[in-house]
Amino acid sequence: MSIVRSNAKFIEVQNAEMVFETRKGSFHALTKVNLNVEQGEFITLIGHSGCGKSTLLNLLAGLTTATEGALICAGREIAGPSPERAVVFQNHSLLPWLSCFENVYLAVERVFAAKETAAQMRERTAAALALVGLTAAAQKRPNEISGGMKQRVGIARALSMEPKVLLMDEPFGALDALTRAHLQDELLRIVAKTGSTVVMVTHDVDEAVLLSDRIVMMTNGPAATIGDIVHVRLERPRERVALAHDALYIDYRTRVLEFLYHRQARPHKEAA
Amino acid sequence: MSAVLESMSSSPTVIPLEKAVPEKRARSERLASQGVSLANGKPRLRAFALAVLPPVLGVGLLILLWQILSANNSSFPSPWVTWQEAVRMFSDPFYSKGPNDQGIGWNILASLKRVGLGFGLAAVVGIPLGFMIGRFKFLAGMFNPIISLLKPVSPLAWLPIGLLVFKAADPAAIWSIFICSIWPMIINTAVGVQRVPQDYMNVARVLNLSEWKIFTKILLPSVLPYMLTGVRLAIGTAWLVIVAAEMLTGGVGIGFWVWDEWNNLNVPHIIIAIVVIGVVGLILEQALVALAKSFTYEEAGN
Repeated sequence: MSIVRSNAKFIEVQNAEMVFETRKGSFHALTKVNLNVEQGEFITLIGHSGCGKSTLLNLLAGLTTATEGALICAGREIAGPSPERAVVFQNHSLLPWLSCFENVYLAVERVFAAKETAAQMRERTAAALALVGLTAAAQKRPNEISGGMKQRVGIARALSMEPKVLLMDEPFGALDALTRAHLQDELLRIVAKTGSTVVMVTHDVDEAVLLSDRIVMMTNGPAATIGDIVHVRLERPRERVALAHDALYIDYRTRVLEFLYHRQARPHKEAA
Repeated sequence: MSAVLESMSSSPTVIPLEKAVPEKRARSERLASQGVSLANGKPRLRAFALAVLPPVLGVGLLILLWQILSANNSSFPSPWVTWQEAVRMFSDPFYSKGPNDQGIGWNILASLKRVGLGFGLAAVVGIPLGFMIGRFKFLAGMFNPIISLLKPVSPLAWLPIGLLVFKAADPAAIWSIFICSIWPMIINTAVGVQRVPQDYMNVARVLNLSEWKIFTKILLPSVLPYMLTGVRLAIGTAWLVIVAAEMLTGGVGIGFWVWDEWNNLNVPHIIIAIVVIGVVGLILEQALVALAKSFTYEEAGN
């Protein structure tokens, strides 16, 4: 890889434990999670549903706090949510009473209001929407655009803040296969351009191999942890049709599938 | 209350029909202008007839029953007599011959003024209180037992307290309106705040929005539909209560007017008053339904 990684331990997760207190008693979601993410690296978290991959992402986002262990980002402990770690939610979470432009502007304003003029911030907002190809839909409300477009606004909102880390929780999970492929390609293009550090939760093996530098595979919950990590050493830019016949690609894909379906077969009896 | 609920549930079924008719007409006219001969005009005519006929028939039946009743009962005025009286009355609604003999217009305005004042004060107190109860669990715990206890009490039971405190009839009536309007506003606003989707609050947290931005950009817009439902329920109840309150307090007002006409044994006026009260209540409610519609946002689902 030609990209020079300036910081090998940009994100550090050390012995993270997560226990949820519920009405039925405590639920041990994550145990002994250790992970280092390099600056500019694209990481995907994959595993069966209920394995705690979203829980780990929420810890990185600061939306929840780890019961034990330490989470560090850019040399500072993660104490709460911050615009430095932008989140793209699975259900896009756009505010329905604001236009696409206003949704993005809300984020831009929060981060840059102290340093920039309103005109500069409007420019930033327009640039973020242009990056995801939504200039024409800027003045539309979220209910007037398609699911794929909404998700792109969500990505634009996250990128507009120039975050240190982009956290994505199954961002394309609710989309149809063609839209998903299109957005994956766009994400690859955008990340290549911005050099963002990305942690993304997915349940799609092809998506994981296509996008990632490393695939973090999680064991089944309760008390889930990192089972194995696959380094994806495929040249970038990656092209999905060419990769379909690539022996290395198929090998990575098989390794992930083996982990998911042989070593960590989906639990049947557990209700959780 | 049941009348309020009924009109709530029936109004949405009427509106789409009215909207659909002009749109269809435009399309058929366009087709006709292109030289397309339309298959037939019947379905459109039928839809129109089906929308108009049942209400007309219902009102007609009511008037017929009334006519039969009045024919067999000399103390009950016939529809025609009442109509003539109403025409005479509405030809001069704003006369004033002393405090006890004023036109129907003044009476309605006096009642509306009381409702407006009591209702407005209830909104000023109830909506912020609802926001706080919805936002802070501690406050909810504090206020919930009080609200549960006092909500079922008839607002008229508060009238003596109002008379005691304010030592005048008019503020006491406004006080009753205040009491009956405040509960739906507090409760609906609080429920609205509690139902703000967690997703939106997560956005607020990730963006690290200030409390003011959270309030203006997230809480207020998402609570507004709930709040307006509370306001609409409140105005319905307030209009019900004012008639009864005025019967007890006297002065100028539609409620007292009904009572006065009863003492004069002027039955046509009582019937006219009933219809007028109904029409004003309907207008108030529909105005708020229209307002609520313009502030309701479709959920931005996939």
